[in-house]
Amino acid sequence: MTARRCVTDVAIVGGGIVGSSAALALRRMGLKVVLLERDLCGSRSSGVNYGGVRRQGRPLSQLPLAQRAHELWGRLPELIGTDGEYERSGHFKIARSAADMASLERYRALSEGFDLDLELISGERLRARCPWLGAKAVGGSLCPADGQANPRLVSPAFARAAERAGALVFERTPVDEVIGDRAGFTLRCGPTLEVRAPLLLNCAGAWAGQLAAQFGEPVPMQSGHPAMAVTEPMPHFMDWSLGVEGGGIYCRQVARGNLVLGGGSGVALDADRARSDRQAISVLARQAVELIPALRDAQLIRTWSGTEGYLPDREPVLGCSRTMPGLIHGFGFAGAGFQIGPAVGEVLAELARDGRSSTPIAAFGIERFAAQAGAPQAPAASAAPAAAAMAPDSRPMLSHR
Amino acid sequence: MTPPVIVGAGPAGVRAAQALAAHGLRPVLVDEAPRAGGQVYRRPPAHFRRSPAELYGSEAARAVALHAAADTLADRIDHRPDSLVWNAQGGALDLLQRGRIERLPYNGLIVATGATDRVLPVPGWTLPGVTTLGGAQVALKFQGCAIGERVVLMGSGPLLYLVAYQYAKAGARIVAVLDSARLADQVAALPLMLTRPAILVKGAWYVAWLRAHGVPVVRGARPLRILGGERVEGVAFEQGAHGDGQGMQTIECDAVGIGHALRSETQLPDLLGCRFAFDALQRAHLPLRDAAGRSSVPGLYLAGDGAGILGADAAEWAGERAALALLEDRGLPVDAARARELEQRLAGIRPFRRGLERAFPFPADWAARADDELVVCRCEHISAGQLRRTVRETGADDINRLKALSRVGMGRCQGRMCGVAATEILAQACGRPVGEVGRLRGQAPIKPVPLSALSSAPPVLPEPEAAA
Repeated sequence: MTARRCVTDVAIVGGGIVGSSAALALRRMGLKVVLLERDLCGSRSSGVNYGGVRRQGRPLSQLPLAQRAHELWGRLPELIGTDGEYERSGHFKIARSAADMASLERYRALSEGFDLDLELISGERLRARCPWLGAKAVGGSLCPADGQANPRLVSPAFARAAERAGALVFERTPVDEVIGDRAGFTLRCGPTLEVRAPLLLNCAGAWAGQLAAQFGEPVPMQSGHPAMAVTEPMPHFMDWSLGVEGGGIYCRQVARGNLVLGGGSGVALDADRARSDRQAISVLARQAVELIPALRDAQLIRTWSGTEGYLPDREPVLGCSRTMPGLIHGFGFAGAGFQIGPAVGEVLAELARDGRSSTPIAAFGIERFAAQAGAPQAPAASAAPAAAAMAPDSRPMLSHR
Repeated sequence: MTPPVIVGAGPAGVRAAQALAAHGLRPVLVDEAPRAGGQVYRRPPAHFRRSPAELYGSEAARAVALHAAADTLADRIDHRPDSLVWNAQGGALDLLQRGRIERLPYNGLIVATGATDRVLPVPGWTLPGVTTLGGAQVALKFQGCAIGERVVLMGSGPLLYLVAYQYAKAGARIVAVLDSARLADQVAALPLMLTRPAILVKGAWYVAWLRAHGVPVVRGARPLRILGGERVEGVAFEQGAHGDGQGMQTIECDAVGIGHALRSETQLPDLLGCRFAFDALQRAHLPLRDAAGRSSVPGLYLAGDGAGILGADAAEWAGERAALALLEDRGLPVDAARARELEQRLAGIRPFRRGLERAFPFPADWAARADDELVVCRCEHISAGQLRRTVRETGADDINRLKALSRVGMGRCQGRMCGVAATEILAQACGRPVGEVGRLRGQAPIKPVPLSALSSAPPVLPEPEAAA
């Protein structure tokens, strides 16, 4: 069979919210884009995450990106043709002790200047505002313009918007081989597709380490599997998306009335799939009932998990490769990539076009791992087959769309 | 010592338990119902007085035999009634047992989870007064009551006639039986059906009995709409090949039982990682099993309608055969001739099974004829039109993708009721064969579980190695 050959300006590996929004941003800049997704766009972490759209609580290093994303979320329908159930419902981070409150207070002071408008609430005011909160909550910090959205809708919609804008999107198309040399990159996807591009965006999420390593930049990324669950629909009682200082449970009530709960870790079934296990589910249930006692009478109707990449410092890798010209990384969002995803996409597009980002990303350079990983290897000029994790399916298929 | 566990105390599960007990094992038999018998031979509460003949009609002898088998096993097995298996992983089941969470490790697992009605919605199917055929049967067998005073039963499949007969026999008024299969289908199926002449005769006898007792039986009846405002008031259908509403007839009634044969409850094998394949005859993805009932996962056996619809008799044989397989795989001596005989019986029923599908064919044009307004997913109130629009706008061609984008199958039933219909609509809308649009992924809990139970679950000990 003769392979279809595509020559493009930018090739993107990974159709999550990062890769898809990069594709969209690149098209808006007028560059030619091919997006390669081994499964369906937005069907992995980007599509099955909790759906929190929050800036509050992020490391200060991420707040410029988060602010940029906040503006993009504000005009989601214009960008991707759907509101994706996005609501600026407020995000409330709960304190369970005076120490927690002090920590939230510190965060408020440090994050001033980022327009988060954080408001600390406690005591009577808290009880009046949230009579449903359990006794352990003593107060919290409200970010009124943070919110929530439906990841199942938003992430695939970025890919469709990119496609409408002229990106070539290939779904169910695992990349079998990446060859990089001075002339650029050649990506082989089974016998049916070959893509050539001078620029390559590595947006392969939890599976991105393979590509980075191939070009001499191994990263100590680990896969994590956030445990998720959802209750049956209930009468609406809660606007805010809730988190807890110090971590633990998070939950929100969707427009349909279901409560989406997250917290703790599920288990991997294999390299690609994960699920919430019995341990995670019972811990989650206990925390949920402690947080909102009335939930004890609710029924859990579904649980799930996903596979997400975590670097030891919980910061992503975002920036140009130091070893391979034309390679740009954007991965490892440690379970918090959904909100900043659209801004990361724009930054990746800027890096592709201009070689630099208009938003500070110095904290996210891949070189921060170079010392630990040993001397970087020379850029691979020869073909190196990407490992199985990148191509779990040996039957590559072109998208029928 | 960790015991073997059987999930489901219907014909397959009870016979499996009996075979294991006969070989000196003490299996745990887990079931959602308070008493053994399964759906087909579901027993009323202990103090109810209706006789088996009244409750089960022609199936009374089989029901009594199975109940007797279960009762005599009582002290040789660990029967856990009222217990829902809501999750399985790492060699243990998670139970919701009378409001409490319990973890049940197993050494060998026989899954005999049975089936539910295959529901093909018609307009009006969400009105109060509409139940599935199986639900109508449960009302009779468990509570000794009918779903209404003037009942229409419709859809297709053997259950249609069995329920009609059981209802009429129990004194309920059946105003009509509307079978979407044509008489010609049933005639064409005769050569295959003749492989089980006794059942064929029984089927014909039901029809004759119903007619003799003044119950109208209409073949080739396509249900158009269940009528009513606040609740069921009637049924509109057409007979013959018009398809244009010209031949529309209506019947007044106050309750409707509807179903098009059965669908297997496969969530447990799914959670445990069994391989599935599409079965064209049953239009469903089913867990693979060998002639003895071994699944693709070592130590996990499948028996009865939960792994493909073969009926209650076959379930008894498959349950026993799966138990023998479990014993064989442990190196215990079993009666090889008996094992062979059971396999032969099971193989022998296949032509009849094909005949049934010929006699009561799946209405393959159901999806094409479904109006956009038709509610497919009643939990989330998702219509056929919404599904089609999602397919059109997003190119979705996989049922899990369609679920993610449209919410179909995301409600309390998790697709157990709407999955078949949604898959048919998807296949029709994206122009692919129904076998090529995927199957809904199973996720815990298999049925809803209250947070109160989950949150008071005992702490989990380290996982043992999965049972071989």
